[in-house]
Amino acid sequence: MIHSLFLINASGDIFLEKHWKSVVSRSVCDYFFEAQERASEAENVPPVISTPHHYLLSVYRHKIFFVAVIQTEVPPLFVIEFLHRVVDTFQDYFGVCSEVMIKDNVVVVYEVLEEMLDNGFPLATESNILKELIKPPTILRTVVNTITGSTNVGDQLPTGQLSVVPWRRTGVKYTNNEAYFDVIEEIDAIIDKSGSTITAEIQGVIDACVKLTGMPDLTLSFMNPRLLDDVSFHPCVRFKRWESERILSFIPPDGNFRLLSYHVSAQNLVAIPVYVKHNINFRDSSSLGRFEITVGPKQTMGKTVEGVMVTSQMPKGVLNMSLTPSQGTHIFDPVTKLLTWDVGKINPQKLPSLKGSMNLQAGTSKPDENPTINLQFKIQQLAISGLKVNRLDMYGEKYKPFKGIKYMTKAGKFQVRT
Amino acid sequence: MAASPAYGEEKGGSSSLGEPEYGHDPASGGIFASDYKRHDDLKEMLDSNKDSLKLEAMKRIVAMIARGKNASDLFPAVVKNVACKNIEVKKLVYVYLVRYAEEQQDLALLSISTFQRGLKDPNQLIRASALRVLSSIRVPIIVPIMMLAIKEAASDMSPYVRKTAAHAIPKLYSLDSDQKDQLIEVIEKLLADKTTLVAGSVVMAFEEVCPERIDLIHKNYRKLCNLLIDVEEWGQVVIINMLTRYARTQFLSPNQNESLLEESAEKAFYGSEEEDTKDAKAEAASLAKRKPYVMDPDHRLLLRNTKPLLQSRNAAVVMAVAQLYFHLAPKAEVGVIAKALVRLLRSHSEVQYVVLQNVATMSIKRRGMFEPYLKSFYIRSTDPTQIKILKLEVLTNLANETNISTILREFQTYIRSMDKDFVAATIQAIGRCATNIGKVRDTCLNGLVQLLSNRDELVVAESVVVIKKLLQMQPAQHSEIIKHMAKLTDNIQVPMARASILWLIGEYCEHVPKIAPDVLRKMAKSFTNEEDIVKLQVINLAAKLYLTNSKQSKLLTQYVLNLAKYDQNYDIRDRARFIRQLIVPTEKSGALNKYAKKLFLAQKPAPILESSFKDRDHFQLGSLSHLLNAKAVGYQELPDWPDEAPDPSVRNVEVPEWTKCTSREKRKDKVEKPFYSDSEGESGPTESADSEPESDSEESGSSSSSGTSSSSSEEEDEEEEEGGSEEQSEDKEGEEEEEEKRKKKKEKGGPRKASPRSVGSEEEEEAEGKKVKKAAGPQGKKGHAESSSEEASASESSSSGSDSGTEAPTVVEAKRRKIPSSKAGPKEISLLDLDDFTPPPPQPVPSSSIISTSLVTDLEGLTLTDTSLAPALLSPAFGAVRTYELLHRMAGEGLSVEYCFSRRPFPGDPHMVAVQIQISNNTDAEVKSLRVSEPKLLAGMRIQEFPEIESLAPGDTASVVMGIDFCDSTQAANFQLCTHTRHFYVSIQPPVGELMAPVFMSENEFRKEQEHLARRGEGKLTGMSEITEKLTLPEKCRSDHAIVQQVTSAANVGRVPCGADNEYRFAAKTVTSGSLVLITLEWREGAAAQLTVNSEKMVIGTMLVKDIIQALAQ
Repeated sequence: MIHSLFLINASGDIFLEKHWKSVVSRSVCDYFFEAQERASEAENVPPVISTPHHYLLSVYRHKIFFVAVIQTEVPPLFVIEFLHRVVDTFQDYFGVCSEVMIKDNVVVVYEVLEEMLDNGFPLATESNILKELIKPPTILRTVVNTITGSTNVGDQLPTGQLSVVPWRRTGVKYTNNEAYFDVIEEIDAIIDKSGSTITAEIQGVIDACVKLTGMPDLTLSFMNPRLLDDVSFHPCVRFKRWESERILSFIPPDGNFRLLSYHVSAQNLVAIPVYVKHNINFRDSSSLGRFEITVGPKQTMGKTVEGVMVTSQMPKGVLNMSLTPSQGTHIFDPVTKLLTWDVGKINPQKLPSLKGSMNLQAGTSKPDENPTINLQFKIQQLAISGLKVNRLDMYGEKYKPFKGIKYMTKAGKFQVRT
Repeated sequence: MAASPAYGEEKGGSSSLGEPEYGHDPASGGIFASDYKRHDDLKEMLDSNKDSLKLEAMKRIVAMIARGKNASDLFPAVVKNVACKNIEVKKLVYVYLVRYAEEQQDLALLSISTFQRGLKDPNQLIRASALRVLSSIRVPIIVPIMMLAIKEAASDMSPYVRKTAAHAIPKLYSLDSDQKDQLIEVIEKLLADKTTLVAGSVVMAFEEVCPERIDLIHKNYRKLCNLLIDVEEWGQVVIINMLTRYARTQFLSPNQNESLLEESAEKAFYGSEEEDTKDAKAEAASLAKRKPYVMDPDHRLLLRNTKPLLQSRNAAVVMAVAQLYFHLAPKAEVGVIAKALVRLLRSHSEVQYVVLQNVATMSIKRRGMFEPYLKSFYIRSTDPTQIKILKLEVLTNLANETNISTILREFQTYIRSMDKDFVAATIQAIGRCATNIGKVRDTCLNGLVQLLSNRDELVVAESVVVIKKLLQMQPAQHSEIIKHMAKLTDNIQVPMARASILWLIGEYCEHVPKIAPDVLRKMAKSFTNEEDIVKLQVINLAAKLYLTNSKQSKLLTQYVLNLAKYDQNYDIRDRARFIRQLIVPTEKSGALNKYAKKLFLAQKPAPILESSFKDRDHFQLGSLSHLLNAKAVGYQELPDWPDEAPDPSVRNVEVPEWTKCTSREKRKDKVEKPFYSDSEGESGPTESADSEPESDSEESGSSSSSGTSSSSSEEEDEEEEEGGSEEQSEDKEGEEEEEEKRKKKKEKGGPRKASPRSVGSEEEEEAEGKKVKKAAGPQGKKGHAESSSEEASASESSSSGSDSGTEAPTVVEAKRRKIPSSKAGPKEISLLDLDDFTPPPPQPVPSSSIISTSLVTDLEGLTLTDTSLAPALLSPAFGAVRTYELLHRMAGEGLSVEYCFSRRPFPGDPHMVAVQIQISNNTDAEVKSLRVSEPKLLAGMRIQEFPEIESLAPGDTASVVMGIDFCDSTQAANFQLCTHTRHFYVSIQPPVGELMAPVFMSENEFRKEQEHLARRGEGKLTGMSEITEKLTLPEKCRSDHAIVQQVTSAANVGRVPCGADNEYRFAAKTVTSGSLVLITLEWREGAAAQLTVNSEKMVIGTMLVKDIIQALAQ
């Protein structure tokens, strides 16, 4: 299956290599560099590249290319999904996944990679098990280790792999037992010029942070489970129970994990919490254009819209922009032609707006397309689909845990065409 | 190649300053230390006694390896530390060893003995890790050692070690492919493993070593299907992909009836109604000839068990299920995958890329599936270009008459995008929509013509190319557009577009007679400055004009040809020469001259604008080969459906086979007997009477095997399957009859067609000729099929009998039954005589019932996640059945009645205990109207009498089932057994162990329930719900197998898997109230053991403890 892995940074240096079978020369990456050159942007490097003797499958995250080398037929998603899992694991271990972090912790990285694959076939990908095998570095532990000479490698052999619930480590103990659930919904939408919705969907996830002693068995029920159109579960969720009773029943992994992700179908009318009024004009005659956008709340269920951020990719012909925002700060990068306006909170009494003019390159004709506006925002304490958790119960352990549920709505891929 | 090492060096040099591994270590000697010196101090550190120094050195070495620098000269120093006590040092040494062993084979051998020792370690995890490293060392000399280690590990007690063994198989195979045969043996053994931990890894090994040995899967097929949901996610992907291939070889196409339609599918499904009906009649006629398709229950099992995995968080699993459904499911069911695939589009862009490729292929074949999700494929300006283009492809595939207007509106937005590659692709897409959907062709064309005035040249050029293709379909109506395009030649510079325009004008010069020569004039002027493709088209245009309008263009043509004659490009010179000879008549010119016009101005077929994803589905979807549209190394072809299903009975698991390979001890016949009894044995020795229990057994199988939560739904499915198999057997019969007829006919026709194998389409008949060679094979097979269908029909009749349930059997059925009973007659009598002394011997099991049995046993695998011992798998419910006497021969005046507890749920009432009653008539007169009457029951108890037996011939035996609700008490049920002459007072007193039915639960559930019960006990009185007793196990009861056997024979309980070796757990529910009974037997040192029973019902608990202890003490 997966033969080797190369980590390549933005400037094209291979800064880590790992082989699970016999060694593949790093010159195989030359094919990748070729493809990288051909693609204008990093996202456009094809994820699958065929070379005479190998296939290169890559993912691009955190400005690093993770390039897996394979030699024989294997489902491409298998490799891609695995690579993403590697990135997630690094993130879990080191907080951030960056070139510096990986270089600083190269031994831990290497040990983790060694455990994740055996002969190229995934062996342990659950972060709970991995953390039992190889402890993640913390400042305290690094200090202790340098003084006492103890190690990062777990001294007791992991039993997690043997258990019926491989995702949970054994012997978990906490003094404060707590379980937090975040219901986060993202609105994906395309709004057309006139402000009407072309497509809108809600994608939701329930992220959990569970710190409970022992082997708790949790059930989570919803007030309105019918809303959930399509769901995918963490392996710990008992599928049968969901099918029959629409209740989430599970023995949770320890720590942070994504319990559920769901989809509220486009058929249901999705409430769009904000609107954008825009007036962007390129005049044929002059080299000046007019630019004016206003953001306002629409259906917010009485909650404030926060963290509003407007980004827009301006056409190449735009040289500079002179704009004045009524609130927040804005930046226009004349090289990438990216306009960013950090709005902040929307005050319904005084709608934030950004007005001004654009300087166009003289002599060129006006661009055909008006730029699309991408919107980000956050609404606390609201799940826009109306999903509500009914109750959380715990069985199997005797203590009383502290429970908490948080709702949040965010913009996903929220785009306004102008 | 040469560049990369140099570049590595350079990096190495610069890195020593910035990187902490070197920076903080004073011993590294700074920048000026040469390489070998640095290694020297590493060697020193490795040789030291301090673990911390060793660790530091190893960390630095591993960091070197990670950067791709050579550290092989340290091998001797490192390998010495392989037995180091410090676990992290050890691990890092392993990492080093695996990396460099290949290069330093001799030295690597030094480490082998350490691993060999590790293989014998009592700790399973150490055994596993030793095997893992040992097998990763790619040194050919140790192949025999590896082989031995793998073989041993494959029969290890620990499933984790067995999993590691499975992982080691492909490693060894890649090292030495000569070991294939031996490895296949190991694979075969591991495939039979029942734990989820092993399943994924062994299938992986199977795929790498012997994917062609599909026969190894047969016996494990059902088990794999059932285990699937509990296998870890990566294993699921591998198993699903393998099973897809397997199913393609073993089952019939679920869409075979539609395959005829397939060709015209596009039209038939989306076209106009009239067409549909017309076609439908013709097809209905042809379909009528074909036999109706009935899905193999195993096929259904696969589809059913993979469906929940669409909800997996792992995109690879979802994709694997999606491709399975696409390739295997009936058309009507494929739709379920669309939603899940659309969900994946929210994931990372790489995932999107792969999923969209597959969706693009699927959407060509099954457009309707993705239509509801059309909007999910709308393109955002922030998508990467490659994603945009794929989405566009999908949108185009989904376009039909109803949604085309929305799609075109969407396309209009795209055309104004800044991403010009994407705009070009959009124009292509519009072209495709226009060709596919006639209604919008004009709209599209107009739109494209408008684009011709676009400012961006690329857009214009692309439009020209697409318009050219569209115009070719109906040139006559569009001379205006051609004129418009002719004008464009002044402005447009993109060669491809210019060439397209010139070609168009040349081709349709008759429609634009005035403009064409003028264009040629202009082109002749600029000829020398044109690109090559344009020049070629100018020559073409000139030639065509010369042929149609030589008056105006003769000179121009000659001018152009003269220019071309001296062109730099030889293609153009060649073309000019060729055309001159062809069109300009000279004395020398040959016969071709006459045909020049025909050659140049022939009708050219319009190009078909097709998706590049068409026909990609001959690759298995989701595979690398599909993505690349080229066969990747090691790609396993997805086989076509067979014309005729191979024998489905190969998947039946025969008991002796797997006992042979999984358990080392040989079992006596006696042990096997109860197993058979599951299906047939208990129902009594007569075949004539087995009708009712037959169906019982199937029902009991399904409900006992499925978990507590879902029993109802599973049961339904099970019944469905049953129905399916029945119908199938009917089909077979029908088919056979027809075949017979055909045979007779054909025999006249000649010997060549002596073996027609299928009824139906003409095509198949044609194929027959080719298959003549195989005739001998199918003949044999057919014979088998015939016999099995006979059996099937027998079972069918019996199950139809069971439908009537408790009602009296009809006369017809009675007749049917007599036939087999008379056959078996003499044998039975001798059996009956023995009946008084021995339990009934096993019955030969007809194949039809084996299916149900094996399904049952396979389903048990669902909960068995961690049982390592084969004896434990002995279905607990089938322990030796004790028979009790209800009426002795003497007391009953020749009528002897025995009863036993069949341990199946009583059909019709789940709260009743099924009692199997066997009545033998030992008198020499017929006994008539046997029935139950005047039951004297305690309050709450109920009885369901067996249907009256009208008559029982002398020497005959009848077996019936009655249900008694004992109300969870061991009080006897008293009633009268009446014949036409006498009444006998009888009573049935159940042993406590029979008042329950086994429950299958996982270890965790068990623990949970146990605690739950314990806590409830606290609320009332401690100890109320828990009874603990110490006991001493006698000598013969000290094996796992014996204990399980004894406990299950004492009580109708199900075994619960348990992690600890010396603990046995069983669970059951009482039949009436459904309260849980949990049994834990802890085996301590020597003979001592402790038995714990948890139950809300204290009486039952106490009695059960007594009974079990008694059983164990025997």
